[in-house]
Formats: sequence, C-alpha cells, structure tokens
Amino acid sequence: MSAPAWIGVAILGSLGSVVRFLLDDAVSTRNPSSFPLGTLAVNASGALILGLLTGLALSGEALLLAGSATIGSYTTFSTWMLETHRLGEDGQLLAGALNVLVSVVVGLAAASLGRSIGATL
Amino acid sequence: MSARTRVDRPQLLAIACGGALGALARVGVAEAWPASAGRWPWATFAVNIAGALMLGYFVTRLQERLPISTLRRPLLATGLCGALTTFSTVQVELLRMADRHAYGLAAGYLLASVLGGYLAVFASSALVRRVRAIV
Repeated sequence: MSAPAWIGVAILGSLGSVVRFLLDDAVSTRNPSSFPLGTLAVNASGALILGLLTGLALSGEALLLAGSATIGSYTTFSTWMLETHRLGEDGQLLAGALNVLVSVVVGLAAASLGRSIGATL
Repeated sequence: MSARTRVDRPQLLAIACGGALGALARVGVAEAWPASAGRWPWATFAVNIAGALMLGYFVTRLQERLPISTLRRPLLATGLCGALTTFSTVQVELLRMADRHAYGLAAGYLLASVLGGYLAVFASSALVRRVRAIV
C-alpha cells in the first residue's frame, strides 16, 4: 500500500466517522425512543453503499479507499453491540433481540440490493 | 438552522481524530491478515471483537467512573471504536460466503460475531464496575 493511500485511509476514515455521528444524531433526535434507530440507519445505508461498490467491481486501492476506509468507518459493529447490551441490561430483552435480528436482516438485504444495483450499472 | 448551531466543532474534531486512528488500525490489520475467499475473515472478526471490548470499557468508565469529559467519549468511543469496527464489511463477507454456498461458515461467522461482540461488551463493562466496587 502506498503512503498516499494510508493518508487517504486516515482522511476518509475520519470523514466516515463524522458523517456517522451526524446521521445517528439527526435520526436519534427525531425519533426519541430507546430503540437505536440511528445506528440502524447508519449500518443499513452503509451496507447498501458497500454492496454497491462491490457490485461495481471496484478493486485495489479504489475499493480500499471508498469501501474499507470510508464505508468501513461509517458503519459500526461496536456501537451496535453496546446498544444491544444496554437494552438487555435495561430489561428490554425483546428490543435487544430485535436490534440484532432487524440489523442483520436489513443489513444483508441492503448489501444484496446494493450489489445487484451496482452490477447493472 | 437551529440544529446546525448545536454542532460542536471540538467534538467533531475529536471524532475525526479517533476515526482516522480506528480506520488506520482496521485497514492495517486487514492488510497484515488478508482474507481469502471461503475462509473465516479473521481480520474483520478480530477488529470487531477488540473494538466491542474497548467500547464497553470506555463507555462504562466514562459514564460511571470518571468525571464528565466532553471530548474523551467522541475521541475514544464514537471515533476510535466506531471506525475500528465495521458492520458493512461483515454483511458483504456474509454475501460472499453465501455465493460459494458456504452457509455453515456464514452462519458460524455471524453467530460468533454477534455472541462474541455482545460478550465482549458485557465482560469489559462488568470489569469496570467490579473495579469500582472494590476501590
């Protein structure tokens, strides 16, 4: 990997993280429930975009920068797990289980849809 | 515009710095440990479990133990752990396993990621609280 590519990873990783925070914040503010809709919105949209990039058959440093660096940082696994754990701790076991199930089903559907769209472009 | 004025520049800068570090670490691990098709994606699995462990630690410690700090959470939790871990890559890896009809591998990877991530948050949160109970 070239030095400019590493610099690109740092810049795009920070961009993905800031956009994640802003979207999560916007969704959570508009939907003040205990269900973590903000993270779901981020992860589902990120899965769609990464699916799209794979469908477009990007490869090498282009895929690394657009996919791994940008979308990889935009979506998050740790927050998804933390929010699931805290729902369980609060006794909201059904909401916690739904948070896992809905994220997986929606995430897979979004990635698959994105890939199909990318392949037809 | 009222929503815009709420945006806190130092907070966004902290998220950006943590995010850059998290992305560099995740891409570094992926480069060092390249995934091969039809195999367990160790790089993604490792960063996700490690990031969940770290997030449970940071959030519990920052919320329940340390005095309120405005920049540590955006830097360490939202930025570093958020960018170190990834959801989208897991979904695309699962699709690729399904393409190869490796359904057992896909189910095992999904289950291990979710259970492992949950247990990692549980363990690190419990650890922070136990230390507090003793001290």
